[in-house]
Amino acid sequence: MEKKSNTSSTGMLGWIDERFPLSSFIKNHLTGYYAPKNFNFWYLFGALALFVFVIQILTGIFLTMHYKPSAAEAFASVEYIMRDVSFGWLIRYMHSTGSSLFFVVIYLHMFKGLMYGSYRKPRELLWLFGVFIFLLLMAEAFFGYLLPWGQMSYWGAQVIVNLFTSVPFIGPDLAEWVRGDYLVSDATLNRFFAFHVIALPLALAGLIFGHLIALHEVGSNNPDGIEIKDMKDKKTGIPLDGIPFHPYYTIKDLVGLSVFLIVFVSIIFFAPEMGGYFLEANNFVPANPLVTPDHIAPVWYFTPFYSILRAVPPLFNSQFPGVAAMGLSVLIFFFVPWLDKSKVNSIRYKGPLYKKWLSTFVISFIVLGYLGTVPSNVWGQFYIAIPIIGGSDVATIVARIFTATYFLFFILMPIYSRKDITKPVPKRVRM
Amino acid sequence: MKNIIISIAIIILSSFSFASESVKLQKAPIDLDDTISLQRGARNFVNYCLNCHSASYMRYNRLTDIGLTEELIKDNLLFTSDKVGDPMAISMKYSDAKKWFGAAPPNLSVTARSRGADWIYSYLRSFYRDPSRNMGWNNTVYKNSAMPHILWELQGEQHINHETNNFKLVIPGKLSPKEYDQFIGDITNYMVFMSEPGQQKRRQIGYYVLAFLFLLLVLTINLKKEYWKNIK
Repeated sequence: MEKKSNTSSTGMLGWIDERFPLSSFIKNHLTGYYAPKNFNFWYLFGALALFVFVIQILTGIFLTMHYKPSAAEAFASVEYIMRDVSFGWLIRYMHSTGSSLFFVVIYLHMFKGLMYGSYRKPRELLWLFGVFIFLLLMAEAFFGYLLPWGQMSYWGAQVIVNLFTSVPFIGPDLAEWVRGDYLVSDATLNRFFAFHVIALPLALAGLIFGHLIALHEVGSNNPDGIEIKDMKDKKTGIPLDGIPFHPYYTIKDLVGLSVFLIVFVSIIFFAPEMGGYFLEANNFVPANPLVTPDHIAPVWYFTPFYSILRAVPPLFNSQFPGVAAMGLSVLIFFFVPWLDKSKVNSIRYKGPLYKKWLSTFVISFIVLGYLGTVPSNVWGQFYIAIPIIGGSDVATIVARIFTATYFLFFILMPIYSRKDITKPVPKRVRM
Repeated sequence: MKNIIISIAIIILSSFSFASESVKLQKAPIDLDDTISLQRGARNFVNYCLNCHSASYMRYNRLTDIGLTEELIKDNLLFTSDKVGDPMAISMKYSDAKKWFGAAPPNLSVTARSRGADWIYSYLRSFYRDPSRNMGWNNTVYKNSAMPHILWELQGEQHINHETNNFKLVIPGKLSPKEYDQFIGDITNYMVFMSEPGQQKRRQIGYYVLAFLFLLLVLTINLKKEYWKNIK
């Protein structure tokens, strides 16, 4: 019997298809991948995150061609890129703006997941891949931030690496091992460069691939949280509420991409420093190990977690509780699929309790984020006469309250999600 | 849902207020389209600043961006080098400078980005006589600055009233206060230019890119409508 080709195409494509599953790949993942037809605004950010990732890789390659990873030359080489490399300023601003917008997009993408229950069965692994991507992205951003070798780069890295010293018993050795020196130095810069340009991007690419494979295995969730695979056309086996990803969502995402690009280039061309939030003023001063800046603040996307670190009081003179709380504030996302005991997926059918808790979480995240950008005495102190809190920084107490609500959103989730009065879920999606 | 978005918006907007500086800074007269001011600023900078401070990320021939020709640069501004493509370096060694001044004068290439234009402008305005300092000068914007008042001949000698923090011009300089403000305004303007010489071009290109993207947006919206008209 003659072996049947997996495609009817002839010519060049036919030749390839007999040797490589090109047509079937396109069919499985684009033209024959059925996505729910009711995706809204929030479903844009996954595609945008992938787009920004590609931008970061491409601009990163060109930056690497001109950047010098050495303590003596790094700062000057960045200015060289800004001035002497043709369109170097554009490449660099794309990269610096891209890193901030990566986090904007990822935070919105995660918020979408929390709203519509995209982490729930059968999408737990998809969510775990996502949290791993988020973790590595934070590491990637942290390593990359040292490379311009400005004051904020240097002291930010110093503060974060010093967090390791609070780990019981092995702390100081651990920090020294990470730095490769007794203080942040040329050795640290070199290894951070290696992590930033090859180790983490490679791992990220792998995880993103896994994230997409997991997504296409279980199928996309949607704002109604309804499994479209449950309602299929009896003859064709196509979900009644599904439409092919290509052309429908590729075209729709082009609209979102155009809007995103308008925001992206507005920042690049008209406000690349974004008022000091994307490029901090102090980072235009070369790193100086002998001069500590008055106020060391991480870039905005780390500030919610940094706030949690500062808010937790030390125990037995050890900063470890704060460090542990900061670590937990990120790692706790891993447990969300098993903390949510609700009967329904989407916020559309969840009750008022979940809505209130999610709003509380978002507000906590934003307030903590803001407080992380400013010194803890920004709002002054409470009057001494007030019991317990008298004399402490107002901002610190506020950060403690919001740190508590941040964690309570997760910790109490099994209770309020079970108790919540849910609405009946329709069989078919709503547009 | 709406309430969430509104409360998020309010918090984001309210978070854009910055902590106030301890000293009120004067607004610097920055106009990067004023090439005459930039050229005067370049001259002032090279004559007065570029002896102790280097600006080595900046090349002399980049001054062609503010309307100077290479000939003009060679004849008037090239003190520290003989090649117009060289960086604006100085001959004083870092270690010597540190010994002499206590702190080496910083490289000024990107100072306008780290300190801001208003800071530089106010700093250059705020020197006053202080015999207790080893250089004889102090500054209200940057307390106990190691830098002496290089421009004292031009500004004259200011004394400070420590109660009101107001200055009094005791010995007038070669320039009137108004002329002096213009002089340092030009320097500041130039330093803003020097901190990112391509910034005017960047903004110009930006308008074209945005125009293109708005066109693209109209096209993609219509394309999407066309494709989606049958999806209900």
